[in-house]
Amino acid sequence: MLSFVIRRLLAGVALVFVIATITYVLMHSSTGNVARNILGENATAEQVAAKTTELGLDQPLLTQYFSWLGNALTGNFGISWYNSESVTAALVGRMPITLSMVISAIIVIALISVVLGVTAAVKGGWLDRVIQVVSVVGFALPNFWVALMLVLTFSLSLRLLPATGYVPPSESILGWAATLLLPVTSLVLGGVASAAQQIRGATIDVLRQDYIRTLHARGLSPQSVVLKHALRNAAGPALTVLSLQFIALLGGAVVIERVFAIPGIGTLTVNAALGGDVPLLMGIVVVMAILVVLVNLVIDIANGWVNPKVRVQ
Amino acid sequence: MTEANSHVLAPTPRAARQSIMSTVLHNPVGLGALIVLACVVLLSIFAPLFAPFSPTEVRIESINAPMGGEFLLGGDGVGRDILSRLVFAGRNTLIGALIAVGVAMTGGVISGLLAGYFGKFFDSLASWMANVLMAMPSMILLLALFKALGSSMFMAMVVFGVLITPGFFRLVRGLVINVKNELYVDAARVSGLSNSRIIGRHILLVVRAPVVIQTAVVAGVAIVLQSGLEFLGLGDPSLPTWGGMLQDAFANIYVSPTAIIWPGSAIAITVASLVLLGNAIRDGFQRVDTGPAKRRQKRGAPSSPTEPASSAEVVEDDPNVLLSLRNVGVGYSAGETTKEVVRGINLQVHRGEVLGLVGESGSGKTQTAFSILGLLAPGGHVTRGSIIFDGKEISNLPAPAMRALRGKRIAYVPQEPMSNLDPSFRIGDQLTEPLRAVLGLSKKQATEKALALLARVGIPNPQRTFDAYPHEISGGMAQRVLIAGAISCEPDLLIADEVTTALDVTIQAEVLDLLRELQRELSMAVILVTHNFGVVADLCDRVAVMQNGQIIETNTALELFANPTHPYTQMLLSSTLEDSVPRDLVVANQGAR
Repeated sequence: MLSFVIRRLLAGVALVFVIATITYVLMHSSTGNVARNILGENATAEQVAAKTTELGLDQPLLTQYFSWLGNALTGNFGISWYNSESVTAALVGRMPITLSMVISAIIVIALISVVLGVTAAVKGGWLDRVIQVVSVVGFALPNFWVALMLVLTFSLSLRLLPATGYVPPSESILGWAATLLLPVTSLVLGGVASAAQQIRGATIDVLRQDYIRTLHARGLSPQSVVLKHALRNAAGPALTVLSLQFIALLGGAVVIERVFAIPGIGTLTVNAALGGDVPLLMGIVVVMAILVVLVNLVIDIANGWVNPKVRVQ
Repeated sequence: MTEANSHVLAPTPRAARQSIMSTVLHNPVGLGALIVLACVVLLSIFAPLFAPFSPTEVRIESINAPMGGEFLLGGDGVGRDILSRLVFAGRNTLIGALIAVGVAMTGGVISGLLAGYFGKFFDSLASWMANVLMAMPSMILLLALFKALGSSMFMAMVVFGVLITPGFFRLVRGLVINVKNELYVDAARVSGLSNSRIIGRHILLVVRAPVVIQTAVVAGVAIVLQSGLEFLGLGDPSLPTWGGMLQDAFANIYVSPTAIIWPGSAIAITVASLVLLGNAIRDGFQRVDTGPAKRRQKRGAPSSPTEPASSAEVVEDDPNVLLSLRNVGVGYSAGETTKEVVRGINLQVHRGEVLGLVGESGSGKTQTAFSILGLLAPGGHVTRGSIIFDGKEISNLPAPAMRALRGKRIAYVPQEPMSNLDPSFRIGDQLTEPLRAVLGLSKKQATEKALALLARVGIPNPQRTFDAYPHEISGGMAQRVLIAGAISCEPDLLIADEVTTALDVTIQAEVLDLLRELQRELSMAVILVTHNFGVVADLCDRVAVMQNGQIIETNTALELFANPTHPYTQMLLSSTLEDSVPRDLVVANQGAR
């Protein structure tokens, strides 16, 4: 098991490295006007040249890259081009906000999808059709539009919940929950739409297996066959579905944060993207890649725990 | 084999395509989705004809105007007609989706074909690249690269196409690997067709349907993602887009809340019609490719007989008869039609007797066995007749009463040992769980009994097997474990379904010997389902021969081998004698002469 984790970890490090390198090269392929953009139209040629030197953009790409990589390995992602803030500090400050939203969403998605998906697989009938409809609706409605409609209904019309803003849990747990309720809800609909359908499929696949019939033939109760045996065997595919959902949620959170003016990684990303703040964007990409690798590692370990075959390999 | 021959075996493309088009059009959802999508596309293409105003025409007095004025759906934050912009925006949004789909499909299908068909180095490289591309949330990468890509939405959609290429790649690669080893493709290869012609003729045919469905889904994803980017303010402000309109409406949400509804509805309607059309096409292909036969296995748990056999008055008078089937039919419903696979059979099993149920595959033997157990596959049910076990009708028992019989009084040993053990639990758990549930033993008692059972069925190191997972033991061992499980509650009737078919020849004999010993020791009645007359001769007291869902001959084993009356039995017997001559069989035949 330990060597399995180490191998996965090494593969993850390689993945982060490849993604960082490709992104770095793509982003630095057109940095000619950066200094001019930062300083504005009125800056003199000398000021622009000085700024270019200051940012290291006059160096060969390879030199820039290795200097960035060396710093990044020590946890230093440089300084934002626009507000002179440390990128690492910005990431550390914003990350918990986004994570608290995404983790809340994935927990709710997991609970609803497993209950809906498994029940639909076992019982069929009207619940099965509900899931089909929900999956089409959830797929077709963009989550940020759902968010806007929620704001329209619950904040502007009913005035039940705050339309925007974020309260840290250290300040007020209730305030935190109130500010996250609508953002999380808008993420959950799309997530459930896709996850419940896939968990239903995975459960149906398991229920068709020969050993399920044999367990019935042994005189076990249907509850035991479904809740113990079928669930355990469907857990592997379900975990994979949820890990993909988690990655999708990280992307979805970007737009949702914008709607609700939540000061997380998403808002940071949008502002950095609009301004072309390369050091900040690089930091975000690397942190996201690391997050993805960690999530996949956790899922792999969990898979090893539910599936004895993985453990042996 | 000639080229023409190999084509006979391949699926026929033309007929399939025609019937798929017609199934989609006859499916109300498919037809509706197609009409809506066609409307969206036509409106977008001929936007200038339909839009009442120019998308850029500004009227100061109509800034954030409400619905129903000069501007039917109101005015936006700059004073432009929302309806006209909605119609024109369709163009830009659809072009963006088309770009992403085009890039992803071209790249994914080509690389998937190459990786799947040729494999090796290219496969490893492409699969690894697919993993890299799939790893990151597209939204974040696109945001990060947006400026570097020249702040162009179309360029962003090209990159998005690249990022979702793995979806097509994995789909196509998997399909190609599956179909590559099909017999008709082998035949084409042997007959000297070049690789490019095999891919063109046979493989693309298989890949076509799933790619079409995937395309619909990807187009939907692309529309949503593109709108998201535009909503964040990354689009070209001079071009009307649905996402850009949402951005404008969001900025004015306090002044003109309804403006949010229209662009969102446009996105939702377009994407939903794409997905529903994809679903309709998928359903169409399923119907054409697999026919109704496979659809019956769609839903969950086994069903109990729906039509109770009306024979409560029948009571078995001969106490020596353990199981009696009278005019039993088993059918599977697909839609309104029910297909009977067992058509009115009569069968008796006496206490302590071994009955062979013989016939070729598809003759209804296994379905008969499952009907006795009440474990027919979903959609299957007893259509007529009665099944009387130990004097009681059991074909219409409620599920809990039937469950009380299963395991304890009627046990089952399946055909395929490896697929009949739950891969996630240790052998020991799988043996003790029923012992505790059915016999109410304590954990300690159940463990002791399970270990004793494992020893009894001839497993050399019971403790080790007890602690093992199913994938850690051999097929022969697994079959012994399943036999141990079946006899663990000392049933009156054991139904053994082709128990030796999946095993090596030497192990077959051992397992048969074990079954014989256990049958005598526990004086169980056994129904031995088999297609092998050697097994019958070895073990059975009596034999029933099945053909096409009916029992055509029943007799004692000795009599049947000596004087098979039915021509089908004679044919089965003579075909058995050609490949193997079991010892008892020879004796039986010699005795007859």
